[in-house]
Amino acid sequence: MAQAAAKSDYQGRIHNLQKDMIGRYYANLTAAAEGKGKKAIYMLISGNPVELIEAFDMLPVYPEVNALQLAVKKQSLPLILAAEEMGYSTDNCAYVKADVGMYFADRKTPFATIPQPDLLLCNYVGCNVYLQWFEHLAEYSKAPIYNLDVPFFRTSGPEPLEDDVSYVVKQLEELIEVLERMSGKTLDYKKLQRIMELSGETGELWSDIKRLTRERPAPYDAYFDSVMMMAPLYCLRGTEDGLRFFQEAYKEMKQRADNHQGPLPEEKFRVVMEGPPPWPFLRQFRDMFSKWGAVAIASTYSTVGGIWEFGFRHDPQRPLESMARHMLQWNCTNRNFLQRYKQLKDYVDDWGADALVIHSVKSCRLFSAGQGDMREYFTKQLGVPTLLIESDLEDPRYFSEAQLRNRVDAFFESLEHQRTLVKK
Amino acid sequence: MATTPVLETSRLSTIFDSCREMGQDPEFTVAKRWLEEHPGKKAIGCFPIHCPVELIHASGMLPLGIIGAGTQIEVTYADSRFQSFVCSIVKTTLELGLTNRLKFLEGMLFHSICDPARNLSSVFQRNFPEMFVEYIHFPQNFASPLARKYLATEYRRILDGLQQRSGHAPTVDDLNRSIALYNRIRANLREIYRIRTETPHVMSAAESFVLTRAGTLMAPELFVEIVEEVLAELPGRPSRPKDRIRVILEGSFCELPPVGLIETLEQAGCYILDDDFLRGWRWFTEDVPIKDNPLHELAESYSERAYYSGTKHDSRETKAAHLIRLVKEKKADAVVMQAAKFCEPALFDYALYRKALDEAKIPHLLLEFEEKTWIFDRARSEAETFVESLLFD
Repeated sequence: MAQAAAKSDYQGRIHNLQKDMIGRYYANLTAAAEGKGKKAIYMLISGNPVELIEAFDMLPVYPEVNALQLAVKKQSLPLILAAEEMGYSTDNCAYVKADVGMYFADRKTPFATIPQPDLLLCNYVGCNVYLQWFEHLAEYSKAPIYNLDVPFFRTSGPEPLEDDVSYVVKQLEELIEVLERMSGKTLDYKKLQRIMELSGETGELWSDIKRLTRERPAPYDAYFDSVMMMAPLYCLRGTEDGLRFFQEAYKEMKQRADNHQGPLPEEKFRVVMEGPPPWPFLRQFRDMFSKWGAVAIASTYSTVGGIWEFGFRHDPQRPLESMARHMLQWNCTNRNFLQRYKQLKDYVDDWGADALVIHSVKSCRLFSAGQGDMREYFTKQLGVPTLLIESDLEDPRYFSEAQLRNRVDAFFESLEHQRTLVKK
Repeated sequence: MATTPVLETSRLSTIFDSCREMGQDPEFTVAKRWLEEHPGKKAIGCFPIHCPVELIHASGMLPLGIIGAGTQIEVTYADSRFQSFVCSIVKTTLELGLTNRLKFLEGMLFHSICDPARNLSSVFQRNFPEMFVEYIHFPQNFASPLARKYLATEYRRILDGLQQRSGHAPTVDDLNRSIALYNRIRANLREIYRIRTETPHVMSAAESFVLTRAGTLMAPELFVEIVEEVLAELPGRPSRPKDRIRVILEGSFCELPPVGLIETLEQAGCYILDDDFLRGWRWFTEDVPIKDNPLHELAESYSERAYYSGTKHDSRETKAAHLIRLVKEKKADAVVMQAAKFCEPALFDYALYRKALDEAKIPHLLLEFEEKTWIFDRARSEAETFVESLLFD
């Protein structure tokens, strides 16, 4: 039977550390917006060359992170509606709409004032909406744009094509020229190598943290708690602060694992989560699973901006090539659907999962379009119990709590029932 | 005795009628018949919008436009694979596969136009393992000379895959012969569009649409004759200008609008001077040069001499600036944004265009459609209201 609504938000030491560090990151954004800070480089999350931006001492700005913060703080809907007033469709990605709404509301948010872009660096990694999004921002801001064109990982072999790698490396060289012109400085290669080292060590720790959830019980929830660690991973990767966060995080999580401490009183179901979370209702959504003792032991969402748990590390000896490989190969966003099936299957097998939960979000068709086929593959071909539910990552109008709860309850009830049958 | 002009006109209507019928045949009868008559030949399906048909043709295979299924089939299986918020063409194309209607194809080519199309390519790979399924990366960094070089290497990779399937490794001459043939088709289609812009009463957008669509469903050697016959017949066509507004139509570059919807717009009082229907099959604004390195020339043409489209993000001229320039060049009165339901690229473009068109004081109308729509009352009344507001302003 389901436990009486167990609530769990991870509240360890690193939670506060995360708040402090991300608070400082946003203070830097506000300073830049007020003309007292660094040059603002807009970029996308999924596989990006933030190490280069750091090497030029510029400030990465991530519209996706801003949009999700707006949703978490329940500020997204009026901005989405403002964008729809401008002509954006109900069928357009709500991250973009919230961001555009915010852009035309003087870029003011409860957490920061977002600076105007000095450069729109559209790292086109997987998501086609990225191109639209930055094209629109370029039109509105008149800021210069560089489309860093990253070919989709479309071949069946384990490695991307060599032509793809060298194409991306050459574009990074072009980008360096752009950044040199903007900054009036030449690239400090030693500094870049040190930043790559920081990213490499950060990746190593993050990978270790991710592999801890193979323990029983998993020391943290690899979906709901991972999102807390993703902000430092993306906003602070390649900095001393970012590395320190992951050193602390690893210590804390390892200790929990050693003490057999999980996020819930009892780990009854181990699930793999697919798809982005419903940011405006994260708490309610989490409770639906906690109630059943269901813990995510792995998630694809925590790999949108990089996959480290299968061995990738930023390499100071080959900075441009390893950034290129990060963008081409080592993030979930740029992989094709079948590679995602494989990633999920590896989690199910190697992390030991009882079920797959697919959270299908309307906004992000990169993630969601075709997830019915994914369900078909996991249930019919692999025999993995799979739940497919729908809502959205940003737009609160698509979160139907009662309906979702019914689906989640029915799913775990049936899993529980099957277990009882097996025991008998 | 019937006079010649009447005969010519009826010849045109016969052609357009048969083209229309061909476009509504989910069994691909014409293509299958051609394949039967040419034993050993194979066919490759091309999902919109761009497809390097020359590579397929030069490999000795038949490129065919596999572009959804309109109202012709009912979606029974694909709905469980793709959610309700995914556009119709993705589902009907998959449904064609799941109902074995694409079994006659050797393979399918997809490419980087949008997220659902990309995932569809993976779903095809998994569900039809015997098919050759390739995904072409069309570069998006047009400001850099790297992009076109890259596309040439990507074409090489695709060509290598195709020739393995066909058993014929095309020579430079083979490729150039295919380019010349498709150049001829595209030049004829450009001529039709020129006629439509200059004398829109002579040929309707619906007619040029069904003609172009038919061209994607048959051997290019046959189509070139049909399109040339149309061009030869057009000057004799009795026609008289009507009191209509002149519009540019954008947003229908992928999912095909129902022919009835285009006719509805025209009957409501629009001369559609230019549109982006089947843009990938018209693709270039000039001939692809016939030179020693055909793959390079094809890539260069995409980068430098291709029509704008919603899925091409060329920072050298913004999309909105381009559209406004087009409106002025064609002396259009207005823009009709005819976007497929759930089509993110087109719907994003609309938001961008709307702001820019408002600022430029160019009237515009948004019409959303689905390929399977067959009642157009609402579109008719919206279009009529729009036309009246301009004609009697």
